Amino acid sequence: MARVAPGMMAWGLVTGVAMTTSGLPLGVVLCMSLGVFAASAQLSAVPLMMVGAPLWVVWMTAMCVNLRFVIFSAQLRPHMLCLPLRWRLVAGYLSADVTYVLTVHRHGEGEPAGPDHPAPLAYFAGAALVNWSSWNLASLVGIAFASQVPTHWGLAFAGTLALLALLITLLKDRISVVATTLAGVAAIACHGVPFRLHIVVAVLVAVGAGLWMERQASVRATP
Amino acid sequence: MMAEWLMYLAVLGLVVLTALTRTFFFLSERPLTLPDSVVRGLKYAPLAALAAIIVPDLWFVQGHAPVSWQDARWVAAPIAAAWAWWRKDMLSTIVVGMSIFLALKLGVGW
Repeated sequence: MARVAPGMMAWGLVTGVAMTTSGLPLGVVLCMSLGVFAASAQLSAVPLMMVGAPLWVVWMTAMCVNLRFVIFSAQLRPHMLCLPLRWRLVAGYLSADVTYVLTVHRHGEGEPAGPDHPAPLAYFAGAALVNWSSWNLASLVGIAFASQVPTHWGLAFAGTLALLALLITLLKDRISVVATTLAGVAAIACHGVPFRLHIVVAVLVAVGAGLWMERQASVRATP
Repeated sequence: MMAEWLMYLAVLGLVVLTALTRTFFFLSERPLTLPDSVVRGLKYAPLAALAAIIVPDLWFVQGHAPVSWQDARWVAAPIAAAWAWWRKDMLSTIVVGMSIFLALKLGVGW
């Protein structure tokens, strides 16, 4: 955990900075930072809120970014089932990228958590707490710091870099790389559509292209 | 810009969305099965959404097509991307990218 906490703090710091420099009211920035606890969803929602996009567009875009958590939740399921619903919700809320990666790396294929085997959940809780506190602390520092830095420094770029780093660590195979590249091209081509709906278009393009390429690959593999 | 009360509503929705997506497969105790193609398709959505946020951010200058190639982001972002691919580490990627970016912006005046 100590290995990833500095990265988490940098991520929190730049998210705080990027949200503040966007020009959103401070109260909204603080609520978002402490409440949402999903930096990529926050960073995708902020520009939409700034251009006055309808709520459903803000939520749909954040949802697309958050869909990776749906996949994560499937892998955490065996360990979570021994908890009551209330605690499953809390645990799920806290299971950001880093917590998930660490827990699955350590306990993913192992025995599911239960009353006799609490280790996976204990590990998860520890990772989640360190993650949550370091992230929120760093976000608050970023929010305080951003107002002191001249805007021409372009510190919002740090937010883009953090998303870039996240995206690249998620790219695992060639089909993903191609689908992601197509999404980028589609986003440029659709630039100017209202409410940044180019994000939704790009998602449809990439999902379609990804599934098509997977099918082509499986057809070739089994003649 | 959105009305401020709408922003708070948007934030509240984001909290709920985050909790729901993160608990999706263990919210119910009964096993939940989705069609295989949906599960496989889900993999590409976040990648695409992130790319669709990042790429226009890097390409356009305040919403307009670029006019000059002297843009600090265009040097910093590819180097940061290569670094991220090599090291798989967020902290050092931000440090590398921001160092190049600020050196070009404040040092060279791009």
